[in-house]
Amino acid sequence: MSTSTLEVEEKVKKTETMLGSEAVLRCLVEEDVDTIFGYPGGAIMPVYDSLYEYADKLNHILSRHEQGAIHAAQGYARASGKVGVCFATSGPGATNLITGITDAMIDSTPLVCITGQVASHLLGSDAFQETDIIGISMPVTKWNFQVTSAEEIPEAIARAFYIAKSGRPGPVLIDITKDAQQKTVDFSYERCERVRSYHPYPVLKEEPLQAAASLINAAKKPYILFGQGVILSGAEEELKSFIEKTGIPAASTLLGLSAFSTRHPLYVGYTGMHGNYGPNVKTNECDVFIAIGMRFDDRVTGDVNTYAAQAKVIHIELDPAEINKNIKADVAINGDAKQALKALTKLVERNSHEDWIAEFRECDRIEMEKAIKKSINPEGDQLTMAEVVHKLSEITEGKSLIVTDVGQHQMMASRYYKFDQHKSHITSGGLGTMGFCLPAAIGAKIGAPDRQVIGIIGDGGFQMTLQELGLIMQYNVGVKILILNNEFLGMVRQWQQLFFDRRYSFTEMQNPDFIKLAESYNIPAMQVVNREDLDNAFKCWLHPEGPSLLEVMVEKEENVFPMVPSGSCVSKIRLA
Amino acid sequence: MEQKEYTISILTEDKPGLLNKITIIFNRRKVNISSLNVSTTEVEGVSRYTLVVSLSPEEVEKIVKQIRKVVDVLGSFYYEENEVYYREIALYKLSLEVYENNKELEQLIRNHGAKVMATEEDQVVLEKTGSKQETHELYDALQPYDLMEFVRSGRIALSKSKRRTEAFIHELETSTSNTLSIKNF
Repeated sequence: MSTSTLEVEEKVKKTETMLGSEAVLRCLVEEDVDTIFGYPGGAIMPVYDSLYEYADKLNHILSRHEQGAIHAAQGYARASGKVGVCFATSGPGATNLITGITDAMIDSTPLVCITGQVASHLLGSDAFQETDIIGISMPVTKWNFQVTSAEEIPEAIARAFYIAKSGRPGPVLIDITKDAQQKTVDFSYERCERVRSYHPYPVLKEEPLQAAASLINAAKKPYILFGQGVILSGAEEELKSFIEKTGIPAASTLLGLSAFSTRHPLYVGYTGMHGNYGPNVKTNECDVFIAIGMRFDDRVTGDVNTYAAQAKVIHIELDPAEINKNIKADVAINGDAKQALKALTKLVERNSHEDWIAEFRECDRIEMEKAIKKSINPEGDQLTMAEVVHKLSEITEGKSLIVTDVGQHQMMASRYYKFDQHKSHITSGGLGTMGFCLPAAIGAKIGAPDRQVIGIIGDGGFQMTLQELGLIMQYNVGVKILILNNEFLGMVRQWQQLFFDRRYSFTEMQNPDFIKLAESYNIPAMQVVNREDLDNAFKCWLHPEGPSLLEVMVEKEENVFPMVPSGSCVSKIRLA
Repeated sequence: MEQKEYTISILTEDKPGLLNKITIIFNRRKVNISSLNVSTTEVEGVSRYTLVVSLSPEEVEKIVKQIRKVVDVLGSFYYEENEVYYREIALYKLSLEVYENNKELEQLIRNHGAKVMATEEDQVVLEKTGSKQETHELYDALQPYDLMEFVRSGRIALSKSKRRTEAFIHELETSTSNTLSIKNF
């Protein structure tokens, strides 16, 4: 046999004829996907039919609502570092994904969403369950594409995975018409490694690195603020080396939490609207401000005109569109956080800033006196959210993977949980999606089965996606749910109290019996009302392997302080 | 911040849906697009979008960076008036009755550098290329002659740079960086 015949044989071996619906699944296998979150329906039935044969290769988790599926995929992606994959049918199935897609877009989470679509000859005819999901998802996806023939499937999905996970990650949607799923294709797969219009990784430039190093080396009061970019690029160790070599006090954004141990002597807290006193105040006193992998969200900056206005700003950021978007950078380092920190650490001098750090510690003392003490050691009989989270942090030694929803409990968790392990915090930061936590915590536990995953939820957010308890039951997902129940939409109520003259307009809630509800899903559950029962309840709740739910009744009108009122100067942070 | 008129020029892959992906970036920021043109280029498979907007220098830079992020956008640039060659084309419809044997009107058309594009049984269509101001001047001048219909195209523009589109695409294909300039092309 000649060599050329061998080559031809090899080529023939590489293609296999199969249905488009099976090709979708083969693409996922080729991309090393092992878990899919989804919900079937008419237009995606061919894919589900093929999935019947793929149960040994692909673990499909059936949610109870498509929003549950996509939040679970988000939790899975953020806990595992892999791309989250999600299936939904056309029309309402697809539109139910939109909140999660938007959330993933603003929090840079890699997702590949595959939606079924009506047959191509019906496109634009207002057919049953037809919706223009490509048009609808355009502003909230990193990329989207409609497949109308089986031949397009492998290339579209390969491109989807490449775009979703590379550079600044984000959600991608592939909409596949039913006829494309039902036709055959000569299948072969090649991973996408390049798209000529898309350059996800900038090449670091020497000049800004040198300029940044000069500023840092000469700084008297430098300050570091790091964000999720550090986590996404896996730069936790590089961040630590940089902080330790320069001796610069470092704070985290909400999404940066757990990238650097809260127990480290150079950690000075977390910043933003309900962040710590020190980092907020010192933002407006530092001389060099080093922002790493973050985007100056308005909940971080408050009034942009007064934000770090006195400082020289160094901005290390992967996405060039984030540079100078909200805060002007004096030195912009456009690059991946890991590479940039490695390069910059070499250029900076070993230093320490003891007097400057002492100023932060003085702020800590003030915050402890005026805000923290009464939150974690309350005088009243009722438990507070702050003390519950504080206690949880102690019991778990800051080593659990914490997933939160949106609102007061979220801010309490980010303030009082003392993260001591990387990749341990998942929350809906940018979009602030209530209902995120329960499905995201389930996805996180599936994505990181060896971690203790704790979902902390308010009574309001829990009721937005509580149907996903069914998923915990069906798949026995060992996630721990903590409901902090104040029978209010607490954060809105807090704003009503502070800014709307205590007019509690539609924020008080009459809730169902959460314990009975959990029990109806076969999930062990208990309620705590009194302080003396909390320790024991924590033990009973956390000790067993499987899922369990703990509801803690907390003070109805507890407020989160400190607080930077929306749009205010961050150094005018209120302590009470 | 003071607003200026900018010409935005975008090179893209020739793919459906991109027009929408580009215009929603303006829409979301409530920025009015005063003119838009989509055209092929001398490079196969590459399209050029030309838009005119009034924005502050800061705003235009932010928008152009956002456009650059769209997958399948190859390049996104913005120019001030003196940095581009640009033209628009306008069509003016008059009734043949008004047009015929009207020496004054004939003179006016000649003075404005317009020409007759089509003459039919009962109407005539004039064509003029130029700046928006020039085509508008003729529009004003034709008002007394019972102008039946008027239309003006979007701006088309080429930058004064000597670089070729093909060279730019080549650089893009060989580059690994996404920091390719959004100016100076």
